[in-house]
Amino acid sequence: MISFPSADAWLDYTINGLIVGNIYGLLAIGLALIFGVSHLINFAHGSVYTVGAYIGWAAITYLGTPLPVTMLLVVLGCGLLGIAIERIGLRPLQGSARIAPLLATIGISFVLDQIVQLVFSPDPRGLATDLPDWRIQIGSGTIGPLDLLIAAIGIGSAALLFGFLRFTKLGWAVRATAQDRDAAKQMGIDVDAVNRTVFAIAAALGGLSGLLVGLYYNHIDPGMSFQATLKGVVAQVIGGMGNVPGAIVGSLLLGLTESYGVALFGTSYRNLFAFLLLIIVLVLRPNGLFASRRQAPPEPMTGTFIAPSRPIALPRWLVPGLTLAAIVLPLLVDAPYLLQTLTNAWLYAMLALSLTLVAGTVGQISLGHAGLLAIGAYASALLALRLDLPVGLSIPLAGIVTAALGTLLIWPAFRLRGHYVSIATLGIGEIVALVILNWESLTRGPIGLSGIPPLELPHLPLESTTATYWSALAVLVVLGLLQSRLLKSHLGRTWRAVRDDDIAARAYGVSPDRYKGLAFAVGGFSAGIAGAITAHLYSYINHETFTSQVSILALTMVILGGLGNLVGAVLGAVLLVGLPELFRVTVEFRVLIYGVALLLLIRFRPQGLLGTV
Amino acid sequence: MAALLEIEGLTRRFGGLTAIDRLDLAVEQGELVSVIGPNGAGKTTLFNLITGHDQPDAGRIMLGDKSIAGLKPERVAALGLARTFQHGRVFGNLSVLDNVLIGAHTRLKVARRGLPILGPLVELGLALLQPRFVEAQERALRREVQEILGLFGERLLPRIDEPAYGLSYANRRRVEIARALALGPKLLLLDEPTAGMNPTETAEMLVLIRQLKAEGLTILLIEHKLDMVMQLSDRVVVMDDGRKIAEGPPDRVRQDPAVIEAYLGHRSVGGDTAAPVAALS
Repeated sequence: MISFPSADAWLDYTINGLIVGNIYGLLAIGLALIFGVSHLINFAHGSVYTVGAYIGWAAITYLGTPLPVTMLLVVLGCGLLGIAIERIGLRPLQGSARIAPLLATIGISFVLDQIVQLVFSPDPRGLATDLPDWRIQIGSGTIGPLDLLIAAIGIGSAALLFGFLRFTKLGWAVRATAQDRDAAKQMGIDVDAVNRTVFAIAAALGGLSGLLVGLYYNHIDPGMSFQATLKGVVAQVIGGMGNVPGAIVGSLLLGLTESYGVALFGTSYRNLFAFLLLIIVLVLRPNGLFASRRQAPPEPMTGTFIAPSRPIALPRWLVPGLTLAAIVLPLLVDAPYLLQTLTNAWLYAMLALSLTLVAGTVGQISLGHAGLLAIGAYASALLALRLDLPVGLSIPLAGIVTAALGTLLIWPAFRLRGHYVSIATLGIGEIVALVILNWESLTRGPIGLSGIPPLELPHLPLESTTATYWSALAVLVVLGLLQSRLLKSHLGRTWRAVRDDDIAARAYGVSPDRYKGLAFAVGGFSAGIAGAITAHLYSYINHETFTSQVSILALTMVILGGLGNLVGAVLGAVLLVGLPELFRVTVEFRVLIYGVALLLLIRFRPQGLLGTV
Repeated sequence: MAALLEIEGLTRRFGGLTAIDRLDLAVEQGELVSVIGPNGAGKTTLFNLITGHDQPDAGRIMLGDKSIAGLKPERVAALGLARTFQHGRVFGNLSVLDNVLIGAHTRLKVARRGLPILGPLVELGLALLQPRFVEAQERALRREVQEILGLFGERLLPRIDEPAYGLSYANRRRVEIARALALGPKLLLLDEPTAGMNPTETAEMLVLIRQLKAEGLTILLIEHKLDMVMQLSDRVVVMDDGRKIAEGPPDRVRQDPAVIEAYLGHRSVGGDTAAPVAALS
């Protein structure tokens, strides 16, 4: 499997790594600037990058602009976009719970990506350059004008930024704000203006990076934003959050690591290396490679992550009554479409139960929950296909496998807090997808698994719409009851204590690792079962069945219902799966609606419909 | 009598700064020892080192015959050491009842540490099944919480089911002390229990601490209100710049020239000793 390229080829890979690293650098610098002044990981950064690429494409295609003009247009357009993101998505959220701006940037990225897709169609486009076509021979490799341009822009913007931060008054204000926001405010610095400037610069650099990548690969598509965000974040974590020179070095390291990884193992391993590097750095040096050793933990923000609120008291009869109504529904109406939609909602509700436990009750905002679905789906499918286990056995076993594997994977990230947990879970979710893609002997890689047997119990096929509906509902009710029983036991208060203040919890003998582990095990079980049932319903799965969009959708459901709120999780799933069906919204608009819903929720009802528990 | 807590040569450096410098300290069973000193003297660092929230660079910390230096906080708590925090750290979204019940976590039969992986799984199973002994202990603990909250008169009992984030500052401090008592501590560490309290509330707290002491509880107290320290303490330890500069019964410590200097600057500035001491108390 491993092939060692020749020495000449190494030089090529090195050059390629440095150029890609340069591009990541443009992304990472922006992320570092934003993190520096607002302690926020801007998950919308990759979307700005995509928008930049498309502005460039539109300018070249429709206006026929030469490259310098194209670049100017991209910088201007994305700079304005950055200002808009700051104004709409973040400024109104000052003073709300720490999680709010992070979720807002996720919502903005959904909206931007979807708008790009609606305007420019989801098909990939080529992005041709009008640069002259000569190449310089170096060893066996060559360097063209575009490579030099990328290097020049990378170095040039770093130098400009350095000059700005060091020698201009506004640059001083940025640095002062990064060091101590409140003190800067006291000294009369307009912190909002600083934020605006930083977002504009960051977005301009991000857009430029998107344009350059488009030119480099002669390929752009609306789906490229997520990877870009991830790469920028990884580079930044390596260099140390908020550390601008660190971000540049981290980007070059990341570019080289990926390039050498590709050289040794092949293209499909590129991202796996990036995310493994992320997890290793997060676990071993969460402050980045260049942080001095004994430093305060990166984010001492216990107790403020989740806004204080109380759940809404529901009448005692309501939940049993609604459950009963859901059970008898198929007997009353003959509407297969409705039942299918609700079955889908029950499956999402299982995922939401899992996430509301992990993110709500224990406060570990997981952005990689789709990874658990995938593990459960593949586990059950493989158990049924390879070992011929009956489906009635393979599904619960898949739940247990997911509980064990999921907890094991997330274990190294238990020492992290706040936003770092979100980055780590995002990375772990991607690693799961990439392992599924590359472990071909087990998962058949990109071909996927087909012919997965349908739902059935011994002597009882459950293939009909009604039977499927009842099965999913029954499993959901059982999982909900189990979780509710756990929340009423001592575990409920212990989990919430770990969420509210892990330091105080430890002082009273509560080991956070143990209780986070238990929560991920219980949550992994529910999510694994949901994934397993989905696999048997679809009869075909591959590495793209459970995308990161599913993770974000689940998070939106959980926030909509109220973090940690069981009934809320089910309600959120029913609403977000059901309403778009009800109004027959097409798929593209659906994702747009999810993004807008997330933004509106965070702004106007952060505690969700039924309140945080 | 052997000391309950014995500290020898404890040292903690932060970069170039030595926060705790070769500190010795002993607390006997049933004793109330106060640690006083100017801000930045290293008092809270000392507490963090004892309770495992920070690791010492050198030195020994013995609880009974067990060394606790470098143990994790949760292990130290399990050995019977309870603390409160200087700025108050209640679990905001938990009710007063649940806050105090967390204090009893180390006593839960259902939450025994057990073997790795197996121990937590047993705990999960018991939480699901709720066998009789688990339920009985939970009920007994809830009764006990009522009793503990009763120590604070009508301050907390009427608010037992309210979330802690809505409590007044003083009430949050009380919840912290109630939580510490629920651990059934061998040694109680109080970090400025009356910070931010008005004179009436401070007087109430003084009565409570005196009562706890009378019941035989061993207490290590950090406090700035010297009046209270003088009334309560069996012994006072004075810290400055990470070192112990004086130790002894309250009466003797208040006369100590080194103490007066630490608090009020050089003696020659303050004139004769009587005036600063009056200012101290």
